[in-house]
Amino acid sequence: MKYVDEFRDGELARGLAAAIAREADAHRSYRFMEFCGGHTHAISRYGLADLLPGAIRMIHGPGCPVCVLPIGRIDQAIRLAREHGVILATYADTMRVPASDRLTLLRAKALGADVRMIYSTEDALAIARANPRREVVFLAIGFETTTPPTAVAVLRAAEGSLGNFSILCNHVLTPAAMHAILDAPQGVAIDGFVGPAHVSTVIGSAPYEPFAVDYRKPVVIAGFEPLDLLRAIHLLVRQVNEGRAAVENEFTRAVTREGNGRAQALVERVFERRAAFEWRGLGTIPASALQLRPEFAPFDAERRFAVPYVPVPDNKACACGQILRGEKRPEECRIFGTACTPENPIGSCMVSSEGACAAHYTYGRFRGAAA
Amino acid sequence: MSAPYARPLDLKHGLVDLTHGSGGRAMAQLIREVFARALANDYLAQGDDGARLGHAAGRLVVATDAHVVSPLFFPGGDIGCLSVHGTINDVAVMGARPLYLAASFVLEEGFPLADLARIAASMGRASREAGVPVVTGDTKVVERGKADGVFITTTGIGELRDGVDCAGANARPGDAVLLSGPIGEHGMAIMACRENLAFDAPIVSDTAALHGLTDALLGAAPGMHAMRDATRGGIGAALNEIAQQSGVGIEIDENAIPVRAPVEAACELLGLDPLYVANEGRLLAICPPALAEAALHALRAHPLGAGAALIGRVIEDPRRFVQMRTRLGGRRIVDWLHGDQLPRIC
Repeated sequence: MKYVDEFRDGELARGLAAAIAREADAHRSYRFMEFCGGHTHAISRYGLADLLPGAIRMIHGPGCPVCVLPIGRIDQAIRLAREHGVILATYADTMRVPASDRLTLLRAKALGADVRMIYSTEDALAIARANPRREVVFLAIGFETTTPPTAVAVLRAAEGSLGNFSILCNHVLTPAAMHAILDAPQGVAIDGFVGPAHVSTVIGSAPYEPFAVDYRKPVVIAGFEPLDLLRAIHLLVRQVNEGRAAVENEFTRAVTREGNGRAQALVERVFERRAAFEWRGLGTIPASALQLRPEFAPFDAERRFAVPYVPVPDNKACACGQILRGEKRPEECRIFGTACTPENPIGSCMVSSEGACAAHYTYGRFRGAAA
Repeated sequence: MSAPYARPLDLKHGLVDLTHGSGGRAMAQLIREVFARALANDYLAQGDDGARLGHAAGRLVVATDAHVVSPLFFPGGDIGCLSVHGTINDVAVMGARPLYLAASFVLEEGFPLADLARIAASMGRASREAGVPVVTGDTKVVERGKADGVFITTTGIGELRDGVDCAGANARPGDAVLLSGPIGEHGMAIMACRENLAFDAPIVSDTAALHGLTDALLGAAPGMHAMRDATRGGIGAALNEIAQQSGVGIEIDENAIPVRAPVEAACELLGLDPLYVANEGRLLAICPPALAEAALHALRAHPLGAGAALIGRVIEDPRRFVQMRTRLGGRRIVDWLHGDQLPRIC
């Protein structure tokens, strides 16, 4: 595959891995967080941990939109479909997220709720057009990557007077979550960040500059291919060794400092910041999520239907918060792989294949267990 | 036989209705003008409730498979030929020669007779090409909304070859793992139809009857330990099943697994892993290392195995993990799927 195979070349990977091993100081540790679930997935899928020297440890961050969605928000979606009889249009990843009362959207669908899997917001609009007598709610989730398409959908609905369409908005912000991780009162065990790929194409590299300047943490933005990751890790090692903290951009083929101005303008026009939003595993973070501006209130499912948000506490045995901050490894959680598995996830990190625990369970658990 | 019906079925514009399943004249006419015509053979011509078969000397293998594919017609095939191939393959990978098929149809009220005739014709063609007749069948009609067009369940009977002991529990450490060709083609052909994905080179289902291939394989390597057609869940699921049944681990090499470029691109686009995508004409074969070369040669000499490859080996592992050496040189588990493989968001 053109433009993909080039970034998965085994020979080049071994060369990069050797360069990293040469430069990494075996007497210290390098704890790097890849914020994004896409990176977690790539690291696991290609077994990159095997190519890195022992001094480097990758910490899987919270950048998995499905994982950080709190139970109470899925509860709202299920109530919309079951109690208010709406057609709930959703990206496929959310279907298996456990909610209250042993429900998931998949199970709600089996019980008769009209839940439909879609690939784009355009599909949700098409469902609304095809069912003028039904209310259609799009379960809008994701970081800055998926927010612009939601903004476009809302604008199209407004222009086309699509009165039966609304969204349950759960769009969240990457920099806010990084701040929350770095501001943890117990301190952080992170020496640098691999910055998101797709998110950064939208927001640019500038929003990460405070992490380098104020927190003295190096950030290297990387694409989702394995060679992108290795190159970013190489640059992070170099910054740490040189005592520097800067934002560097490995993903120059797609990311600029300013980002995508048109996408940002669309988001700005449709959304405003929420005062606070609850993240699964990280708790409530101020100004970390978006809601529709008042002029788009008719398209806001939370204002249109009586589905108040009821927070549901995470299971006490679950160590997701500590895992997301890099304080614990997945296999150090008491319930990892026993009570908590991908078939029966208890904590947020086990929910999607991009979550830290699910990735370790699915792709890497042979490393933890005795051979 | 004189036609006892005033008018022939309207195979152009007619629809299935509830009378076609009621046991009356309409049902008899449907069976005669659609199924008996398409699947014609001496057994079916008897018109009895069952088929009287010849006596088999050896051990028998029986397998059954329900087919509920959507869409019913896809590039490279349709539910008709799929329902013949799927069951023949289940019998064949047990090391048996498929002899007979039985077919049972659940039809949804309102289903176009033209489509049904097309499906029956495709079944007939597949069955004749394979040399495995459909000797008995059944038809039911359910109300509109209670089924998705047509469901077809087929059952196959085959005769086990003497001296062959092919089973999922027979894999032993050291065995070679062979794959008969590129993976993921059926699943992605279906997915591309469902999602209206248009590719420059359309992906065509690999649906095919594999008993000729297994015949050649067992001829060259009669001491074959296990074979499995990698249908739902792809080779990922099939390898895990074998590891589980045999109490062994399996190690595969990503670089050795053939995937055609359009399938790889489509998987990439939808965030799917080709290891878990369905095949309908590919098999995995597990044999003692001494037989690996002969087996691979036999596979490659057959048109359906031209793209065959040695992809890994069986190892000792009480945890029964399937592991893969990635194309970058790292290692990872190829785990059981957790539910269906769903596309990722970003």
